Amino acid sequence: MRAGVSRPRSRSRVFLFSTLLMSAPGLVRAQSPDAGSDVAALRAELLALQQQVAALAARIEALQGPPPEPTLAPEPAPPAAPGTAPATAAAPMPSSKVFNPDIAVVGDFIGAIGEPGAPDSEPSLELHEAEVSFQAVVDPYARADFFIAFGDGEAEVEEGFVTFPTLPGGFLAKVGKTRDVFGKVNAIHNHALSFADRPLVTKNLTGGEEGLSDYGITLSRLFPNPFVFLEASGQVYRGRSEVFDGTSRGDLAYVAHLRAYRDLTESTNVDLGGSFAYGGNDSGPGFHTRLVGADATLRWRPLRRAIYNRFLARTELVWSRREEPAAVHDAFGFYVSGEYQFARRFYLGARYDFSERATDPSLTDQGGSALLTFWPSEWNQIRGQYRYTRYGEGQTASEFLFQLLFSIGAHGAHPF
Amino acid sequence: MKRHVLLALGALLLGLSPAAAAINVVTTTEDLAALTREVGGEKVKVEALARGYQDPHFVEAKPSLVSKLISADLLIAVGRELEIGWLDPLVRQSRNAKIQPGASGYLDASLNVKILEIPTGQVTRAMGDVHPQGNPHYWLDPDNGRKVAASVRDKLKAMSAAEAAYFDARFDDFDKRLGEAQKRWDAAMAPYKGLKVVTYHRSWANFCDRFGLDVIGYVEPRPGIPPSPRHTIDLIAEMKRQNVKILIVEPYFDLKTPQSIGRETGAKVLVLLPSVGGEKEITDYIKLFDYDVNLLVSAIKETGAR
Repeated sequence: MRAGVSRPRSRSRVFLFSTLLMSAPGLVRAQSPDAGSDVAALRAELLALQQQVAALAARIEALQGPPPEPTLAPEPAPPAAPGTAPATAAAPMPSSKVFNPDIAVVGDFIGAIGEPGAPDSEPSLELHEAEVSFQAVVDPYARADFFIAFGDGEAEVEEGFVTFPTLPGGFLAKVGKTRDVFGKVNAIHNHALSFADRPLVTKNLTGGEEGLSDYGITLSRLFPNPFVFLEASGQVYRGRSEVFDGTSRGDLAYVAHLRAYRDLTESTNVDLGGSFAYGGNDSGPGFHTRLVGADATLRWRPLRRAIYNRFLARTELVWSRREEPAAVHDAFGFYVSGEYQFARRFYLGARYDFSERATDPSLTDQGGSALLTFWPSEWNQIRGQYRYTRYGEGQTASEFLFQLLFSIGAHGAHPF
Repeated sequence: MKRHVLLALGALLLGLSPAAAAINVVTTTEDLAALTREVGGEKVKVEALARGYQDPHFVEAKPSLVSKLISADLLIAVGRELEIGWLDPLVRQSRNAKIQPGASGYLDASLNVKILEIPTGQVTRAMGDVHPQGNPHYWLDPDNGRKVAASVRDKLKAMSAAEAAYFDARFDDFDKRLGEAQKRWDAAMAPYKGLKVVTYHRSWANFCDRFGLDVIGYVEPRPGIPPSPRHTIDLIAEMKRQNVKILIVEPYFDLKTPQSIGRETGAKVLVLLPSVGGEKEITDYIKLFDYDVNLLVSAIKETGAR
């Protein structure tokens, strides 16, 4: 910015610069050691004086009113602004901190009441997860995102990857540990879900809460056209996650995803996706699992009242084919969910679950949930969820979950 | 036949060349788009991501917005973290190297304008959704609009040196028209210097600073925090005490609380437009102030506010 720096600042910079030049080693070496240290002391004093003069000049200017030139220096805050301190020049941040990544922590506290129907049901009270994120630009070509999840006595890298957003050919690459782009809910972190739990189809067919998530490389590309936003992604993974368990180095897992999005009106849009995943499973060498997914999302959010009303309906369907020594199991599952914001701070939600089990498709779990979420602010959510489940073995569970989500630190992007 | 093909090719090339010469600019808001149009004229193609009647803090990072960024030569953002919730993922997904932050095609319009309300000391979320880099609604001071236009001019000149004189002339013309309009607005507002008002969000700091209005309170207890009954009662009492008759609301906020405050205090609830495009007829930057100043002056006259 040419006009980005005010005159007094440039002047003081010139002073500083010339002072630094004068103290260049070549010049100092020409002096005797004693004289050199005297001169250095004098210079330091001069520098301090110059800084004082510059500070005083800035104060005089501030008292005289707005500067004649545009300025980078902070402007006085108006007196009628509670919450902001009176005007003083903000001290420049030390450079070591400027380059710190954006840090945030999200706490996910969950409680459960009622008879659990499955051994892995939520305990009565737990800090289910504390997710710490570090995000920053690496260099002009890349950025990095780390999400470390601390659970009950364990910590793991939930995601940790570098993104190269502008590769030749319009490619975007991610390298590291990522959640697979299989459907919608698999790629969403716990705290960004609209539910306190994950759908049954996720638990039965796509790896549960951990989900499809592994070390690998993602390449994705947009296909610009006038009709629809089209994005294709391909992923290659090590092949070991909750679903896949490749036995050898060459037993990799592969994921492909195609997403088509279109605005129907300025407030309504539809988002469709098709997913495919393939990799070795834990039945032994030569046995594979293949997953096929389809997802559809309809969103409505009126632009003029975007903070008060919105509606989202979503469904995801997953077909799993799992090879085992004795048989090949074909299992199917899906969920349908809806979420409606009826006031600035309140959301109503509902979900229907249906899923066969990957290892035994004759067992079918079904369930339904009703939810109410209260958002006191952008950084805090309180959620209540009633969940009814009928498990394949015949038992039923009627549970009430409550969740408190709270985040501190850097303001991340809003999920879409 | 061959000649026809050659002619067709030639026409295609000729037809393409002016379009190729136009600089493809995407701005985050319609205000920045309007200012860019003033300076860029027909040498630029400008599109805004957010609509003028949208809350610029809560734009959704829709893929359709990514599509707009794919072929942009220049992205102009309001900056000061106004777009923190949505711009970054859009830019990243665009795969467009020209407009990544730090690249030459990314212009933060806030770098040489007058910024108010820069918090000093410890900033915490207890203050609400406070912007650590100052109030981002700076474009509501015409002097800042001029500075933004000058930044855009300099950027366009750097991108297309051959059109430097054109951009200079367009800027000078805008500068002159804006100067004349400012005299008109200043004259209209001059009698009301020091007038006490209440606003919903802190969108009007620069506007009120420019026209000498004294904001004594906000409908939001803290930025981004919805009005609470306790705060509303206190605000009503304070408005009565200070005889405040003007309550300014942005078009994307619910009017229920402002209207009940209006009924209690006798204040007029005024939906002023913070952005170009807030209403269909507000198509440029000067019309935005014409609209707001006219509405404000007639409301002040109507209520007899002093």
